[in-house]
Amino acid sequence: MKKIYLSVIGFSIICRLGAHAQTKQDTTRNNHPFAVYTPGSGDSTGYQSRALRVDEVDLFSSYYNQNGDHSAVTGGIGTQKVTDFSSGLDLHLVWLNQAYNKNTLSVGLGYDHHSSASSAYVALNGGGKPGGDRIYPSLDWTVENAQKGTSFGVGAYYSGEYNYKSKGADLHWSVKTKDRSGEFGVKLQGYFDQVTMILPSEFIHQPVAQQQGTMIITTASGNTEVVGTNGQVISSTKNSLPTSPRTTLTAAFSYSQMINSRLQIMLLGDVVAQSGYLGLPFHRVYAPYLQTPNKDTIEKLPSSRFKLPIGVRANYFLGDNIILRSYYRYYTDDWGIRSNTASLEVAYKITPFFSISPFYRYYDQSAAKYFAPYNAHTAADIYYTSNYEDAKFQANYFGVGFRIAPPNGVFGWQNLHDLEIRYGHYSQTTDLVSDVISVNLGFK
Amino acid sequence: MKMIKQFIKISGCLLVAATATSCAHLKEYQKSRLNDSEMVLSNRKVERNELNFQSYLEGASGANAGKTGGGCGCN
Repeated sequence: MKKIYLSVIGFSIICRLGAHAQTKQDTTRNNHPFAVYTPGSGDSTGYQSRALRVDEVDLFSSYYNQNGDHSAVTGGIGTQKVTDFSSGLDLHLVWLNQAYNKNTLSVGLGYDHHSSASSAYVALNGGGKPGGDRIYPSLDWTVENAQKGTSFGVGAYYSGEYNYKSKGADLHWSVKTKDRSGEFGVKLQGYFDQVTMILPSEFIHQPVAQQQGTMIITTASGNTEVVGTNGQVISSTKNSLPTSPRTTLTAAFSYSQMINSRLQIMLLGDVVAQSGYLGLPFHRVYAPYLQTPNKDTIEKLPSSRFKLPIGVRANYFLGDNIILRSYYRYYTDDWGIRSNTASLEVAYKITPFFSISPFYRYYDQSAAKYFAPYNAHTAADIYYTSNYEDAKFQANYFGVGFRIAPPNGVFGWQNLHDLEIRYGHYSQTTDLVSDVISVNLGFK
Repeated sequence: MKMIKQFIKISGCLLVAATATSCAHLKEYQKSRLNDSEMVLSNRKVERNELNFQSYLEGASGANAGKTGGGCGCN
């Protein structure tokens, strides 16, 4: 927590310095609610400073709490209690190159700390590690040619946690229509992940008698320990557990269009191909036909998956102070999941600078071909999982958000450009429920 | 193959719906409402953790400018 407070204070000081250094107003983006875009506003000489400056810093924080009774670690039964605290920042640096094209360098860093009751049951006796941390830095560089209406960028990401490491990269490109009322975008993205093969404790090699009075134990974290007759660890060797690769390649397409002065829409479509180890090695499956002592095994899923989600967003400005934000997605994949997602958010502007936004999201999905609940798989199943992520269910998610963005800064603090707070309650027909509260602070 | 056909059908319907709607040529001063920060056609910044937990809990993902799989322990 101390680190988080220090990073908040540190970045607010950076913002303050940046604000003093910046003497020219940004004309490339208009975020002022109800403001009318005025081309050519600003310096009448046409001079534009090309210097590097901090455009925006976002600090975000979120607390998530979940409860349920269908954990995949315990084969579709057992606690799904999870708490997660995440926080991070995004820093956007802007400069103009020699051709006066806008360059944006976005640097992000996120950190999660979670506790998961089911993780403890990777060890059969519930004595496993009940939580973990994740850190995820990211980098993106985008060049915008305002005259041509094009942009091009590259991005890179990393995510590291105890049992999962991921490296990712993307290329993205967009072009506006001639009349600048539409924009087509493409993003090609690849994630190259490594899943650490942490097995449930009953599948780890049993202690091996090494010599009289000692034995070798391999722990779930991959350490090899030589243990004496009195249980004392004589020596310990840190081995690395084997990992399995998982690759995700995505081509994401989007097209946005202004329909009239109040309505704009966006069509989205992704083509996703995954390959490699697509399950998790500590997800158990129980079945009556199994010969193992606990009648369990590890979930087994195909080594490839092809996903096709398509969606549409439509935002409509109703009257003078209501904005309807809607979204629909249809999803299908070759594991047999079909899904619909629909959401509506009504942003009501109490003042031009303060809005309240209740929202509702509906989600349903059919079950994957490989899913069966606890103890229901049969010997005929080639692939099997009891992970309720692949079950048939419906989910409802509702809540409310608040956004404050006054021209003289939030709480009179000029650098704090906007503040967003959002709370949501999520429930599935599998009896899983969760709550999430998030805060985002935008500094300029 | 059936899935691809289904995808093409739905994409086609969405494209037809988009193009069939008359798109008026807007002057800059007519875009004041569209330029409002609440009208942005993307997820809110404050939503990022919500999208993350949804990708853990649900089988479907993508087409929301978010993750489509990979990058964390979720599928």
